[in-house]
Amino acid sequence: MLELASVNGIANADEALGDSPLAIRGLTVSYGQKPAVFSVDMTVQAGAMTAIIGPNGAGKSTMLKAALGIVKPLSGQVTAFGKPLEDQRARIAYVPQRASVDWDFPTRVIDVVLMGLYRELGLLGRLRGRHKAKAMECLNRVGMRDFADRQIGQLSGGQQQRVFLARSLAQDADLYLLDEPFAGVDAATEKAIIAVLKSLKDAGKTVVVVHHDLATVTDYFDHVFLINTRKVAEGPVDTAFTAETLQAAYGGRLATAQIDQLSRAVG
Amino acid sequence: MSGEEFVPLSLTPLLIGIFAAVACALPGNFLVLRKQALIGDAISHVVLPGIVVAFLLTGVISAWPMMLGAAGAALVAVVMIEAIRRLGRIEPGAAMGVVFTTMFAGGVLLLEQTDTSSVHLDVEHALYGNLESLIWLDATGWSSLLDAEALAGLPVELGRIAATLIGVIAFIWLFWRPLKISTFDEGFARTMGIRTNVLGLALVVVAAIAAVAAFDAVGSIIVIAMFICPPAAARMMTNQLERQIGWSIVFATTSAIVGYVFAGYGPLWLGAADAVSAAGMIATISGVILAVTALFGPCRKRAGAPAQA
Repeated sequence: MLELASVNGIANADEALGDSPLAIRGLTVSYGQKPAVFSVDMTVQAGAMTAIIGPNGAGKSTMLKAALGIVKPLSGQVTAFGKPLEDQRARIAYVPQRASVDWDFPTRVIDVVLMGLYRELGLLGRLRGRHKAKAMECLNRVGMRDFADRQIGQLSGGQQQRVFLARSLAQDADLYLLDEPFAGVDAATEKAIIAVLKSLKDAGKTVVVVHHDLATVTDYFDHVFLINTRKVAEGPVDTAFTAETLQAAYGGRLATAQIDQLSRAVG
Repeated sequence: MSGEEFVPLSLTPLLIGIFAAVACALPGNFLVLRKQALIGDAISHVVLPGIVVAFLLTGVISAWPMMLGAAGAALVAVVMIEAIRRLGRIEPGAAMGVVFTTMFAGGVLLLEQTDTSSVHLDVEHALYGNLESLIWLDATGWSSLLDAEALAGLPVELGRIAATLIGVIAFIWLFWRPLKISTFDEGFARTMGIRTNVLGLALVVVAAIAAVAAFDAVGSIIVIAMFICPPAAARMMTNQLERQIGWSIVFATTSAIVGYVFAGYGPLWLGAADAVSAAGMIATISGVILAVTALFGPCRKRAGAPAQA
């Protein structure tokens, strides 16, 4: 496990940090005594679609939240596009886990999407027709145009997830970070989301997704980052997403049959 | 009732009641949505030691030192609650419970152990305030509203609560967008560059200032009721935060007016001799409004219960 980590780690560390949309160095996060993320390095490949993979409780979401300053890390450095993250917030869109908010909050679908324009609008900037038009366009891209005036609590899980995606589209970012966007959504939504993410990649954007479904990794992503508190592997799917790296990340938690099946899928 | 009677006797208590109710209800909307509504309860308890300390230091019952003492105690409590919540990693309700019972008990102890028995600093005053006594004796009718000499005799509480209300409105108007975003989705708000910790603390401080100013004029019963009842009732009326704020103002104002009138005349209509406490009646009316909206409000169903608690 250590060997794998160092092999891939060195390969990436050699690249110029300055160009990476998101570069993490020595990130350690702890809830209480036990570290949730320990001394993790990550260098996100520009223009790639990267899946962050690992077993439950491996620190996938925590790593993302700490990198973005939502959770306070014990240590570590994060740069975005070669500059301090705080200066680059306008270029980064984050989609939290759907279950992290109370959908009973009194607001409409369109209002949630308009939240994505906050940096543009500022504290008191006037909400104009073009802002609403842009929000509607973003809803259209995720197939939710007809739901603009609905209260968010009336939506299904998949629809809620699409609204979150539309909000991130409104941000016009260069780096998109999504936390478990496919968790508990219907098949149609999963298709719609992956289509939007692929269109972002085609437009030259960088996409990073915390992902839990190993079976779809090779279909959806070109890069992976395997984590189990420590980094296990990082790189293109062909080299970093193998039976060995999976075994290292998941240990005994994957049945042998699963590994075999995945190996076949991986090829 | 003629202007000659109404203006000196009822106008100022009514205005103070309305201003206090609205000043507490406005931040209450956000506190309820953030599940921090008990902070109003906490603040109205923790101000006691602050008031006692202010009295011990100055030796007189005077509004400004007591306001400062109360505000200081409220700030200490807010910081302690945040500290316990973060360091102990426990839910905010538990942290509040620990802090406000301890500080209230400390205040009572201080009151008992020191020589304050000779002055009028008692529990009843703290609970109900004394809205009915905030009259405007210099007024002779509506024309007094244009009479500089009479206006100088307005109760000082009116100016204080009006200034507080303006401050509360200014805060919510200015920070409307970040408040809304961070109340709905704190993680996302943080990635948008909103300093959610500072904003959350500022909201609680604003609520504390409103609570202390209202507490001074109308007692803690109204404070506790107004932080929760009008916003909670307003939530049942609409699914939009903007409209919820509007409804909460309507309900707070209605509670203040109806409560004041019922307290003064209700017992007489029922054949009893004396009036009852206006503050108590205002709080009761707000509770009745909440009960009615909970039973018949158009948006009372929890449509989007969180997937995980």
